[in-house]
Amino acid sequence: MTSAFRIHPDDNVATLLGDGEGAVTIVAGNEIELREPVALGHKVALADIAAGAPVVKFGIPIGLASVAIRAGDWVHLHNCTSRFDERSGSFDLETGAAKDMSYD
Amino acid sequence: MTEVPNTALGAREWQGWLRPDGRKGVRNLVLVIYTVQCAAHVAHAIAAGEDDVQVIGFPGCYDNQYAIRLVLSLARHPNVGAVLSVGLGCEYTQPAKIAEAVEKSGRPADAFFIQDVGGTRSSTEKGKDIVRSLRERIMRETSRVAMGFGDLTLGAECGGSDGTSGLVGNPVVGRLFDYVVDAGGSAICEEVVEMIGLKDIILARAADDRARGELEAAYAKAEHYCREVRQYSVSPGNFAGGLTTIEEKSMGAFAKSGSRPIQGVIKVGESPPWPGMWVMDSVPDPHFMQFGYTNPNDTEGIMDLISGGSQIVLFITGRGSVIGSPVAPLIKVTGNSRTYARMHEDMDFDAGRVLAGELSLDAAAGELAAMVADVASGQASKPEALGHREYFVMYKHQDTPDLDRGCRSAA
Repeated sequence: MTSAFRIHPDDNVATLLGDGEGAVTIVAGNEIELREPVALGHKVALADIAAGAPVVKFGIPIGLASVAIRAGDWVHLHNCTSRFDERSGSFDLETGAAKDMSYD
Repeated sequence: MTEVPNTALGAREWQGWLRPDGRKGVRNLVLVIYTVQCAAHVAHAIAAGEDDVQVIGFPGCYDNQYAIRLVLSLARHPNVGAVLSVGLGCEYTQPAKIAEAVEKSGRPADAFFIQDVGGTRSSTEKGKDIVRSLRERIMRETSRVAMGFGDLTLGAECGGSDGTSGLVGNPVVGRLFDYVVDAGGSAICEEVVEMIGLKDIILARAADDRARGELEAAYAKAEHYCREVRQYSVSPGNFAGGLTTIEEKSMGAFAKSGSRPIQGVIKVGESPPWPGMWVMDSVPDPHFMQFGYTNPNDTEGIMDLISGGSQIVLFITGRGSVIGSPVAPLIKVTGNSRTYARMHEDMDFDAGRVLAGELSLDAAAGELAAMVADVASGQASKPEALGHREYFVMYKHQDTPDLDRGCRSAA
């Protein structure tokens, strides 16, 4: 089974140590059921996170939930935005490419 | 305390090159420096086919104090034995002035303008002749000297970070940094723009009030800069690799600084005034015009770290990268074993084995320290062996740093 790593006890996300689908083991913790496949290096929510609430990794807020996140959700550009970077939220979910630049 | 498990490492010594200022180099290079883009082709032609001859320069015709300071710090770097400076003849930056400053540092140097010599072919031939005689001199005259980890200044840069970088790639380098600092050496991180969101965490690492003040000022300037230019140091490759925000990337990036007290903030072209862990500020200072960008790519960041005297730079890349650097060898570390497998031609070190449970973080740091010692002893890193010598410096304004802080023993 793929495992995921929770860095800090305050974290409400864990980082996948391999490509995950279905149940994953949290290192030194419980299992969590992924609601969708999550790739290596990406994050899964370990608890429900209300819209506007902080997403916590390394024990610090790495951004705010832009919509309500459920435990087991993939946490990424579609549901978490920076408190600093105003372009955050305008990036393609799969490729990360910016969508706010004109190439016309 | 970080214990690097291989105790033999502590006694590891190798032969370096002693410079007149007392610093020790791990290479004995001849540097060819162009003073405008128009002279860059000839500079590269002079260096072509010569293993120990490398090229740096400045592309602009108008000169720039920041760039000249940076170029001079590379010309007088511990890994450099001699310099040939080549100009076209029209530009502001003066090759003869560069040669003069290098000679004052006790190194042989020469300079010429292409327009005075003739054209491409004659200037290349003249340059090759000069390089040959400079090499003979430094081979004959440079003293060899024993070196260990305490004589090293290491830089660390990340590029193409992913979700593994903050978990293992950067922490492994952080442990190596702790080890080098404990041995009496120095370590430098730049990328203050990748500390955004971590103000309290960074300030808590300050060695004393002075260092705290320097870090606070550098952080505030970087945050203001990012807001003004609407640009944060996070890219599509980072997103694709699982990093969602600059705050998340910052926390991973900062792990490469290890855990020792931060002595303060140095600027580009400035070496640590005393040993220990240092942060380098590469963000432009306020100026009448918003002048220059803070490191628009990995290469300029690496050049900045080398300008601070780093004899070797660690480059941590989860996604993978194929760059190298002139002046100081680059060692490529990835925390992603998949990247290592795919790009092993270019990647030196696979820290992803820690994630797979194959070895501990400390054991990985010990292996990496051994690799650093091997490269310091003359073994080519992968980017070096592949001939990578990427170089990039642009116009920027930074206030002239106070270079007279003097040496103090680390607090």
